[in-house]
Amino acid sequence: MSDSPYFDPRHYGIDPHGPWPEDVPKGQDDSHWRYENDPKGARRAELRVAFCWSLTLLASIGLAWVYVAGGQTQVEGALWAMAFFGLGVGFILWARDLLPGTEVTASRGHHDVCAEEDRRAVAESLTRGIEPMARRPFLFKMLGAVGGVFGVAAVFPLASLGPRVHLDLDHTKWGVGTRAVTEDGNPVLPTDVAVNGILTVFPEGYITDALSPTLLINVGDLPFEIPPSREGWTINGLVAFSKICTHAGCPASLYNVQSHQLVCPCHQSTFDVLSDCKPVFGPAPRPLPQLPITTDIDGYVVSQSDYHEPVGPGFWDR
Amino acid sequence: MSTTEERAAEQKRYAAGKSVLDTVDERFGSSRFLTSVLDKIFPDHWSFMVGEIAMDSLIILIITGIYLALFYVPSSTDVIYAPTSGHVYAPLVGQHMTEAYQSVINLSFNVRAGLIMRQAHHWAALVFLAAVLFHLCRVFFTGAFRKPREVNWIIGVTLWLVVILEGFTGYSLPDDLLSGTGLRVIYSIVEGLPLVGTWIVYDFWGGSYPGTTFLTRLFVIHEFIFPLLIVGLLTAHLMILWHQKHSDFPGPGKTETNIRGSRVWPQYALKAGGLFMIVTGTIFLLAGEIQINPVWLYGPYNPYTVSIGAQPDWYLGWLDGSVRLWPHWEFASFGHEIPNPVFPGILIPGLLFTTIYAWPWLDKKIYSDYGAHNLLDRPRDKPFRTGVGVAAIVFFADLTIACGSDILANDFHVGFERVIEVLQYGALLGPVVGFVIAYKACQALQRTGAHPIQRPLGGVIIRSANGAYHTLSDHHGNGHGDNGHGDNGHGDKADAVANGHGTAEEAPAPVGAADEPAGASD
Ligand code: HEM
Ligand code: FES
Repeated sequence: MSDSPYFDPRHYGIDPHGPWPEDVPKGQDDSHWRYENDPKGARRAELRVAFCWSLTLLASIGLAWVYVAGGQTQVEGALWAMAFFGLGVGFILWARDLLPGTEVTASRGHHDVCAEEDRRAVAESLTRGIEPMARRPFLFKMLGAVGGVFGVAAVFPLASLGPRVHLDLDHTKWGVGTRAVTEDGNPVLPTDVAVNGILTVFPEGYITDALSPTLLINVGDLPFEIPPSREGWTINGLVAFSKICTHAGCPASLYNVQSHQLVCPCHQSTFDVLSDCKPVFGPAPRPLPQLPITTDIDGYVVSQSDYHEPVGPGFWDR
Repeated sequence: MSTTEERAAEQKRYAAGKSVLDTVDERFGSSRFLTSVLDKIFPDHWSFMVGEIAMDSLIILIITGIYLALFYVPSSTDVIYAPTSGHVYAPLVGQHMTEAYQSVINLSFNVRAGLIMRQAHHWAALVFLAAVLFHLCRVFFTGAFRKPREVNWIIGVTLWLVVILEGFTGYSLPDDLLSGTGLRVIYSIVEGLPLVGTWIVYDFWGGSYPGTTFLTRLFVIHEFIFPLLIVGLLTAHLMILWHQKHSDFPGPGKTETNIRGSRVWPQYALKAGGLFMIVTGTIFLLAGEIQINPVWLYGPYNPYTVSIGAQPDWYLGWLDGSVRLWPHWEFASFGHEIPNPVFPGILIPGLLFTTIYAWPWLDKKIYSDYGAHNLLDRPRDKPFRTGVGVAAIVFFADLTIACGSDILANDFHVGFERVIEVLQYGALLGPVVGFVIAYKACQALQRTGAHPIQRPLGGVIIRSANGAYHTLSDHHGNGHGDNGHGDNGHGDKADAVANGHGTAEEAPAPVGAADEPAGASD
C-alpha cells in the first residue's frame, strides 16, 4: 500500500510497512455535519424533516379513514405512497443535514485471508480425523453401499406424489360411438356447423378432460387431402381434428377462413386444415391428429374410435 | 456551546445506553462485534443502491405475501361462482371455476385493502426482478465478480433463477385463463424431458395435466420452499458481502487495500432505511394507480380456451420468446423422441445459465488474471467483457420482444410470420452487432476519457479576465505527482474531489488494450 500513488498512510499517522489498523485511522474526523456552524440552517433542516413526517401523519389519518369508509384502491395507493415517501425522505434529509458522517478511509484489514500458520493449523486439525479414518478403507466401502441403499429407500415416499401409469397420455376419452357434445353438454348434428364454421366439441361426460377437446370444421366441398387409409373419417365436408396443439398443448383455436388455416395463439404454429392439418409455420413439429367421426342412429356426431395416435405435445415414450 | 443542562442530559443518555449494552454484553460478549457493525464502512455509488432496492422489494414481497396467504385457498375443487353477499362481479356469475380462482376474486373485491395488497405484491415482484437484473449487470460490467467474490456471483445467479421461478409460481396461483395457459406450456416443456419428463410432471401435477393436487403443491412451493431458499441465499449473499467488504470504483485515495465511504451508523443506516421507504412508496403508488393482472377479466382457466395476447410477466418473456423462435425441429429415433419445446425451453436456458455461472472463471482465462480485486473495472476498460455483456443483453432483448410477436404483428399490420423471421435473424445476428458496437464504443471512450454517466472529471474551465480559457486540471498539473510526498495537502485534495471540485481524470484504471485477450483487440 505504501507504493499506492493516491493514498499515503503516513498522512494518517500509520506506518506504511506495518499492519493496517482495523478501524478508521486516527486523524480522520467524521464527526462533522452539514449545518454544524449554521444554527438557522439547522433549524430549517429540522423543519424540513418535520414537514416530511407530517405528510406521513396526514396520509396515515387518510388511510384509516379510507379503510373505514369502505376502501378505495387508487386512494389507498396514493396515501400509502405518501406515507412512505414522507417517512423515507425525512430520514434521508435527517441523515444528510443533521447527522455526522463524512466519508472516511479505512483499511480492508486482513479479513480476507489468514496467515500461513493458521492455514497449516486448520489442515492439521482436519488431518487428525482424516488420517485414522483413511486407514479403514473397508468401512468406507461399507458406508458407500449402505448409504446408497438407504438413500434409495428414503426417497420411496416421493413416489406417492403421482401415479406411475402413463397410459393416459396415449389415450383420450373418445371411443367407439362416443357422442360429441358442446361446452354446454348438447349433442351436435352435422348441420350445426355451417360451411367454413368451426365448433369445439368434447367426448360426452368429459368436458374438462385436457387432451380430448376436438375441433369440428366444415370445409364444404373444398378439396381435402388425407391419406387413403383415412377414407370415411369425415361426414361429407365435416372433419374433426384435435384442438390440442402438438407444440406445447395450447388450444389451437384461431381459424382463418380465407386460408383455411388454424393458428395456435400461444406460439403461432399454423396448421393447414385442407392438407391434413400439417404444420406450415411455427414451432409445431407434427400435424394435429385427426379423429374419425360418423353419425349415430339419432343423426348426432360421434367418434368411430379414439385418436389413432397420442394427441398434444410430444414426450420421450410417445 | 452546549449548556450545563444539555451536557448533563447527554451524560444521562450515554449512561442509560451503556447500561443496556452492558447487560447485553454480559450475556453475549457482543460489544466488539456491535462496534464493528456500527463502524462498518460502505462505499457510496448510485449503482450500489440497486442491490438494496432488490432487498427492499423482497421485504415488501414477504409482508404482502403473508397477507395474501391468509385469504388464498389453494384448491382445485370446482365451484360455481354465486356469491350471496358482498360485491358480486357480475360477468362471472354462474361460471365454473376452481376455489383458488374464486378466492382471488373475493380477495380482490370483497376483502377491504385486499386488492391494493395483491397489486403491491405483483408490482413488488416486477420491481424485484428488474432490480436483480440491473444489479447483475452492474456486477458483471464492473468486474465485481472477480476473486474473491466468485461465490457471491454464484449465489447471485442462483437467486435470479429462484426469483424467476418464484415469480412464475406466484403468477400461476390465481388459476386464471392467462396463467393457466402459461402452466400448460411449462408442463409440456418439462414433460418432454428425455426419460424423466413424464415422471416429473406426474409427480408435480399428481397425474396428467391439469391434475387435481397441483395448486396445493404450487402454493407450498411459492409460499414456503422458494421464499426459504431466497431468504437463505440472500443471507449468505449479504454475510459474504459484509465479510469481504464492498468493492469500489477506483478514485482518488482508493487502493486495493483500503475502503472509503461513510459508516453504517448513523449515515448509512438512515439513508438505507429512507431508501427502503421510498422503494415501498413507489411500489404502493404503482399498486394503487396502475392495475396489474386483473384476473377477473381473463376468466377462469379451462384447457380448451385461450385468449390471444397470452404473454407471461416480462422477466419470463425471453423464455416464451425462445419457444416461439425455435424452428419446428425435434429429435425422434429408436422409438423415443425429444420434443420441440425442450430445446428452446430447457436446452437454451441451460446453456445460457451455465455460461453465466461460469463467467468468473471464463473471465480469468480470457484476461489471464487470477488475482484478487477490490477495485472495480470501468466497463470501457474491458471492451471484450463489455461486448459480451452487451451481446447477451441484445440476445435476451430479442427473445423478450419475440414473446410479443403476435401483438407486434397486430400493431404494425404485418404477418406474424415476418415478425418471427426478423426476430430469428435478430437472435443470431443481433448479439454480434451488439458486441462489435460495444467494443468500438469502449475503445472510443477510452480515447476521449469522457465519462458517459458520471459528472465529468475533466476539470473546470475557467475564463480569465482577458477572455482566455484554461482548465483547472492544467493548473493543478499531474495529480499523481503530489501524492507520494505525504504533504498536508493530500487529505484536502481527496476531499475536494469527493465534493465535486474534481481535478484531472485521476482514476488509476488500467488502460484497456493491454488487458484485452490476445486477438480480441485490434
Ligand atoms: C435476490 C436478489 C439479490 C439481492 C436482494 C441482492 C442484494 C445485494 C446487495 C444489497 C448487495 C450490496 C450492494 C450492491 O452492490 O448492490 C449485493 C452485492 C453483490 N451481489 Fe447481489 N443481490 C441479489 C442478486 C444478485 C445477482 C443476481 C448477482 C449476480 C449474478 C449478485 C452478485 C453480487 C455480487 C458479486 C455482490 C458483491 C458486489 C461488490 O462487492 O461489489 N447478486 N447484493
Ligand atoms: S402451443 Fe401451439 S404453438 Fe406452441
